[in-house]
Amino acid sequence: MQSMVLIETQSLTKKFGDLVAVDNISFQVFKGECFGFLGPNGAGKTTTMKMVHCVLPLTAGKLTVANMDVADHAREIKKMIGVAPQEDNLDPDFTVFHNLMVYARYFDIPKSEAKKRADELLRFVQLEEKRNVIIDQLSAGMKRRLILARALINEPQILILDEPTTGLDPQARHMIWDKIRSLQKQGVTIVLTTHYMEEAAQLCDRTVIMDNGKIIEEGKPRDLVKKHVGEEVLEVAYDEEVLKFLRNTFPEARLDLVSDRIQVFTNQPKGVFAQILSKFTFKAAMIRDANLEDVFLKLTGRRLRE
Amino acid sequence: MKMSRVASYFKLPRLSYRVWSVWRRDQDVFMKTYKVNFIPPLIEPFFYLVGLGFGLGGFVQPQEGLSYIVFIAPSIVATSMMFSSFYECTYGSFVRMYYQKTFDAIIATPLSLEEVIAGDLLWGATKSLINSTMVLAVILAFQLVSNPLFLLILPLSFLVGLLFSALAMCFTALMPNLDSFNYPFFLFISPMFLLSGTFFSITILPIQVQMVANMFFPLTHAVALTRALTAGGLSTTLLLNFSWFLVTTPFFFVLSINLMKKRLIK
Repeated sequence: MQSMVLIETQSLTKKFGDLVAVDNISFQVFKGECFGFLGPNGAGKTTTMKMVHCVLPLTAGKLTVANMDVADHAREIKKMIGVAPQEDNLDPDFTVFHNLMVYARYFDIPKSEAKKRADELLRFVQLEEKRNVIIDQLSAGMKRRLILARALINEPQILILDEPTTGLDPQARHMIWDKIRSLQKQGVTIVLTTHYMEEAAQLCDRTVIMDNGKIIEEGKPRDLVKKHVGEEVLEVAYDEEVLKFLRNTFPEARLDLVSDRIQVFTNQPKGVFAQILSKFTFKAAMIRDANLEDVFLKLTGRRLRE
Repeated sequence: MKMSRVASYFKLPRLSYRVWSVWRRDQDVFMKTYKVNFIPPLIEPFFYLVGLGFGLGGFVQPQEGLSYIVFIAPSIVATSMMFSSFYECTYGSFVRMYYQKTFDAIIATPLSLEEVIAGDLLWGATKSLINSTMVLAVILAFQLVSNPLFLLILPLSFLVGLLFSALAMCFTALMPNLDSFNYPFFLFISPMFLLSGTFFSITILPIQVQMVANMFFPLTHAVALTRALTAGGLSTTLLLNFSWFLVTTPFFFVLSINLMKKRLIK
């Protein structure tokens, strides 16, 4: 299944004046996969998305979607892509249903067909009851679901989701995840950006990690975790003696000090921390599975981003 | 290098029938709130006619051979063209662009930004047509129209509205925020409202002011044409008034689209 390249970029670069937002990146997205862009704010994820769906011109490099160059096939490419942007840009003057109908018109979808699709999509995102409600009266989660439905009105082959669950409560987030999974099952290729590591781990077949406009790592979420932070992490309360002890016991391990805790990352197989804990007791000790967040923080650092 | 920079402001937009889907979106919004949109334009001219026409008109000598109320009736029609389209493509378009992100939503579909702006401009022109038609109906009801050619005011209002929409869109492309629209409204629209031969014959003004009004105020030409079509006679100078729109409208139409592209597509 993962054979046909749907999106291909070579040395993609975007500058805004002196600022290099996307710095010479190359990647491929295969048909049918869920491909994730991870990165802190300002990493260049959204800018990359906007170049893929042809609303931002490239500064340099090459970008093709279904073998069509974005430079001269914008219209054809936009027809096959659905976009759920980060910010709410629903039409506040219209009802839920009318938002979908007006959007369908931009794609030249005949009215009767648009009606049919709009009703199906409202069922899909569970907003049938809100069909005739004005946008202002929707919760944030409902708005995100409507934006998702709107992105599907043209039955896209590629779905671009820019931070699909930012700001949502866990229920709303899980529901969006379910919808994304079911769309992928239907054969839609999904490209999403997120800074929620759990989201990427849950949904993405492959991810790239971006920072400062560059792709700094690429792979399957589980492989990335294994490669960079191993399988398990030991966390204990900070103590000078304990730190010394851990350094001696795990000479190859990476020890991070995060506020008042010590985090130990090792490449050794699972169980090694449990052995230690069975012999010694540390204050507030905890063994947990290593996750993508550990990889992310290791690669992009703990400095706050604007 | 320098020439190509200037030329980039006048690149001809590539437009398709898709422009109309933007126009229809704006029309849909308009129709949702039709009560707000239809009643004020019908009532406002009434106050002008009563307050200025009957009230002030009692003290004012005939202007350009017309009784005062007959003289200002077409001015009210022409100023409604200006206000409705200029509002639509300043405040209206700015809100759509900046606050509602409507333009961003539309350009993620097969439409281009050029088509989105063109759709908004055509809608602004349509607003001019709608509002001035209502005002025209009012002055017809007051029996202030004597020229049988008055129906030509309808296509004229679309052309005049298109120019004011394009001028408005240029400001929208350049203004950092909503408050900044005070500049074009107070420094461009207000003087034009008063000095374009609207409420007294332009010939009363010093020649320098007349020249400025003729060169830079579209309303001067809109008022002259509308007045000729309601109460005045036809003359060759009307061709000059009309040509003024034929030259400036395409110029600002193209310029406004390119300015918006420069603002929104970096």
